[in-house]
Amino acid sequence: MKRSPVLKIATVLGFLFLYAPIVSLVVFSFNENRLVTVWSGFSLKWYGELFQNDQLVGAAILSLQIAAVSATLALVLGTLASVALVRFRRFRGKTLMIGMVSAPLVMPDVIIGLSLLLLFVSMEQLIGWPAGRGTLTVIIAHATFGMAYVTVVVQSRLSDLDISLEEAAQDLGATPARVFFDITLPIISPALVSGWLLSFTLSLDDLVIASFVNGPGSSTLPMVIFSKIRRGVSPDVNALATIIIGLAAIGVLIAMLIALRQGKPRRTA
Amino acid sequence: MAQAQKQKHAADTRPWRDPNAIPFVRIEAVSKRFPNGVLAVDQVSLDIYKGELFCLLGGSGSGKSTLLRMLAGFEAPTGGKILIDGEDMAGVAPYNRPVNMMFQSYALFPHMSVEANIAYGLKRDGMAANDIRSRVEELLNLVHLPGYEKRKPGQLSGGQRQRVALARSLAKKPKLLLLDEPLGALDKKLRERTQYELVKIQEQTGVTFIVVTHDQEEAMSLATRIGVMDTGIIAQIGEPNEIYEFPNSRYVAGFIGNVNMFEGVVTEDEPDHVRIRCAETVNDILVPHGVSCAPDQTLWYAIRPEKLQISRERPEGDANFAYGLVDEVVYLGDLSVYYIVLESGMRIQATKPNIDRWDEENIRWDEHIYVTWEGAAGAVLTS
Repeated sequence: MKRSPVLKIATVLGFLFLYAPIVSLVVFSFNENRLVTVWSGFSLKWYGELFQNDQLVGAAILSLQIAAVSATLALVLGTLASVALVRFRRFRGKTLMIGMVSAPLVMPDVIIGLSLLLLFVSMEQLIGWPAGRGTLTVIIAHATFGMAYVTVVVQSRLSDLDISLEEAAQDLGATPARVFFDITLPIISPALVSGWLLSFTLSLDDLVIASFVNGPGSSTLPMVIFSKIRRGVSPDVNALATIIIGLAAIGVLIAMLIALRQGKPRRTA
Repeated sequence: MAQAQKQKHAADTRPWRDPNAIPFVRIEAVSKRFPNGVLAVDQVSLDIYKGELFCLLGGSGSGKSTLLRMLAGFEAPTGGKILIDGEDMAGVAPYNRPVNMMFQSYALFPHMSVEANIAYGLKRDGMAANDIRSRVEELLNLVHLPGYEKRKPGQLSGGQRQRVALARSLAKKPKLLLLDEPLGALDKKLRERTQYELVKIQEQTGVTFIVVTHDQEEAMSLATRIGVMDTGIIAQIGEPNEIYEFPNSRYVAGFIGNVNMFEGVVTEDEPDHVRIRCAETVNDILVPHGVSCAPDQTLWYAIRPEKLQISRERPEGDANFAYGLVDEVVYLGDLSVYYIVLESGMRIQATKPNIDRWDEENIRWDEHIYVTWEGAAGAVLTS
């Protein structure tokens, strides 16, 4: 079959649109010049500077920690929510719950951030917990919207799961809890992995909500970068971004390899 | 002596004919009404004996699968009682019942090997690893799949998956095995072979089987007894030949095999014969045995196509024949099916085995012929 050249051009343009900014960022991270936009030669010096910059490195580590903890929390809560939605026959307020669970997907970040801030402040006044804003409140906030994404991903996988598999395990003598860990979890594990990765990246990415609910000493990486940029972009941010892109690419690659290996036998099943 | 032994043996394999036999599974007036108001099973009572291969036969929506799921414990009856081996199953969870089930979709765990699938139930029982290994091997031999331990379900053909599912459901040596459309997903040739094997395995293991199926041929060839279900009730219970030759209603007669149904009114009701006036056959139908019915009651005479004879000559007597035109002849190799339009306009079918390889005298399409039958060859139905 002959392909139309229009299709080829469209593909190239599409990729260009998606990746040109990233490529330019990576290229300029190796720039020797102090000014980000002026190329004056290849150099690794900004990578060296980067590791001298305690503020950036500290924020990066904090962001990764927040992302990992909140993604794990979101995974547990989101999985429980989707099990309740898919497996429980009918309960009072099920329709409401379906709507509420996915609300954070469509709600503007500003509103989520503001409402969570108000919640944390009034909770502190009423029950004294969480005391002040800081890392903990950022984690809770990220877990809240991450859970919505996990629920959507896991829910679709779970409703595809043939219920007779769970019944068969019960029939062979497994208690419902046992069935969940032996049968349900392994089969939906690809959805769990992608749900976790999704909320991990969303947490890493978030600027707006974190700005609302953070406190002193808990500035995440996006917040630090954003405040630096207001005082002019420094090239060490480019270097940091390049490292993050590299890590993300490796992560995506690993996830793809896992999905491929698991996907093969399942396709014929 | 030999005669006596034979009779004893016959009695042993058909405990439902023995009034003193204790049923293994007792279903007593069991009903199931779903929360949406649908009454799927309506006051079903059924006794099943040890070592039986009982078939629940019915169309979709007849309640046969719901009844099976109640036996397995996945649905709770809304009325009645289920006893298995004398024990009331009310409130007993599926994982505590002495029952295993083979699912229609086989429900093999996709992330486990064949060995792990079969061993799953044994592990739950805490069996030692060595015993599990030898039991798995024994079961794979039973279903003719030795050496398949390490395969994943995704790497098996449909027939092989069916065997693994059977082996897995037999692994715990259940007292009762429930099979939901066990051959439904197989093609015709494979189904015939597997049918035979299923019966053999049932005989070897001695496990009581309850099979749900919508395929009447499958039920006929597998079952010791068949329970025909229709919209939540059991229409008839009996051995395959009883169900086929002595159906108790038009539904059962029509559901199993092909049948010609003549509607008529009783004109003579004697202890030794009944005469039915029937507009569809034009001539009367004379049945050489008594029938419990009221005078002038409407009856149905159901007769199977293979019990009709066709000929060019007018038969003697004034009953049990009809005149018509051969509308169509379908040659099936082993037999030919004649579709005949009677004088009354009713279309019936008659089959004739092709005994000769070539017969110039065969009745052909567009010939006027007589259809005759023995009075006792059909069933008189009142409902």
